[in-house]
Amino acid sequence: MPSLKDLKVRIKSVKSTQKITKAMKMVAASKLRRAQEAAEAARPYAERMEKVLAGLGLAVKDQPGASPLLVGTGKDDVELVIVATSERGLCGGFNTNIVKAARAHINSLTAAGKTVKILCIGKKGYGVLRREYASKIIGTKDLAGVKRLGFADAQAIATDVLDMFERGEFDVATLFYAKFQSALVQITTKQRLIPAPLPEAANENMTDELGGAVYEYEPDESAILDDLLPRNVAVQVYRGLLENAASEQGARMTAMDNASRNAGDMIDSLTLTYNRTRQAFITKELIEIISGAEAL
Amino acid sequence: MSDTLHYEIVSPERLLKDAEAAMIVVPGADGDFGVLPGHAPMMSTIRPGVVAVYASEGAAPEKLFVKGGLAQVSPKGLTILAEETISLDGVDTAELAKKIADTREDIADAKDELAKAHLEKELDWMLALAEVAA
Repeated sequence: MPSLKDLKVRIKSVKSTQKITKAMKMVAASKLRRAQEAAEAARPYAERMEKVLAGLGLAVKDQPGASPLLVGTGKDDVELVIVATSERGLCGGFNTNIVKAARAHINSLTAAGKTVKILCIGKKGYGVLRREYASKIIGTKDLAGVKRLGFADAQAIATDVLDMFERGEFDVATLFYAKFQSALVQITTKQRLIPAPLPEAANENMTDELGGAVYEYEPDESAILDDLLPRNVAVQVYRGLLENAASEQGARMTAMDNASRNAGDMIDSLTLTYNRTRQAFITKELIEIISGAEAL
Repeated sequence: MSDTLHYEIVSPERLLKDAEAAMIVVPGADGDFGVLPGHAPMMSTIRPGVVAVYASEGAAPEKLFVKGGLAQVSPKGLTILAEETISLDGVDTAELAKKIADTREDIADAKDELAKAHLEKELDWMLALAEVAA
């Protein structure tokens, strides 16, 4: 049976933990709103880019000399897996889920006899992957100092990736991140960056966007595409990171909400025990006094 | 046929402009071109330069520096996918000149071709900006 003092100390400590988790939840909620706005603001560019690219890509795909960023290097022996995670913990299963998906992908590639290289964005994923795949990790990107994620941050990462591709260090690149759906639901997503994924065929939506018109290209189609493809990688990375940031805050908000509630439950049960112990103690003292008086 | 042109300027971070204009001059990779309502559909890459938006005929243009990107003229209007835009008012020419000198030095010191190519691209837009800001 814990003493009254012990109980008091415990209640106090749980209460202060609850205060912290509550505050973290509030902070995550306001950060989530900002991250969500940023993700939404970035959407028009990515969407338009996608449409233009799909239209052009289909036209150029079968021509000889098409960019390897579009059609690939002709093999898929070496794959670069980019794993985007958060810089901070205490966000529930957010990082675990991304790492789990990445690990499944890496293991299936290794089983198929392919070489895997890993690039970690965010130190939480790196911490976990390092234990298992230390020899495969070729680099980490630290975004801890970044307060507001800008396109320049994504572009720096994309430039590094493209340089590696130019030097022939890998054939395929895949990005792992969590797509934001709501504060409760984040979908771990695997997205191929290089070669650029193309729709199977021109769908109706697309022809509508292009207005069914015949376009003039200045300079020619392949030159535009050569300019567009590297930029597309940066845009996709940027979008992935923004979604990730929103997901992280959403996951943290949910996790901290749960933690606050658990702390509340704990305080209730501790208080109950405390009061019972106190009453038992008083009763015991009374009995002692009464029996002492009777003995006289 | 409407007598104004619908245009959108989109940067990766957000939708910058979504409005109507009488004419827009775009710095295309193969030379500047003006887009009027009813322009034939075309697609062009943009070199670093100034996009001039003429809200109405004869009015003073609103100028916006873009670092490069893509312009798409469709029957619905003009869409500019800008890599990055810089307002011309806030340019510090002295600082820009210093940056250009720094980049030139870096190019001279660059070890491999790739790094050099990146730096040259940087220099490109800085020079273009210096030209219009001067």
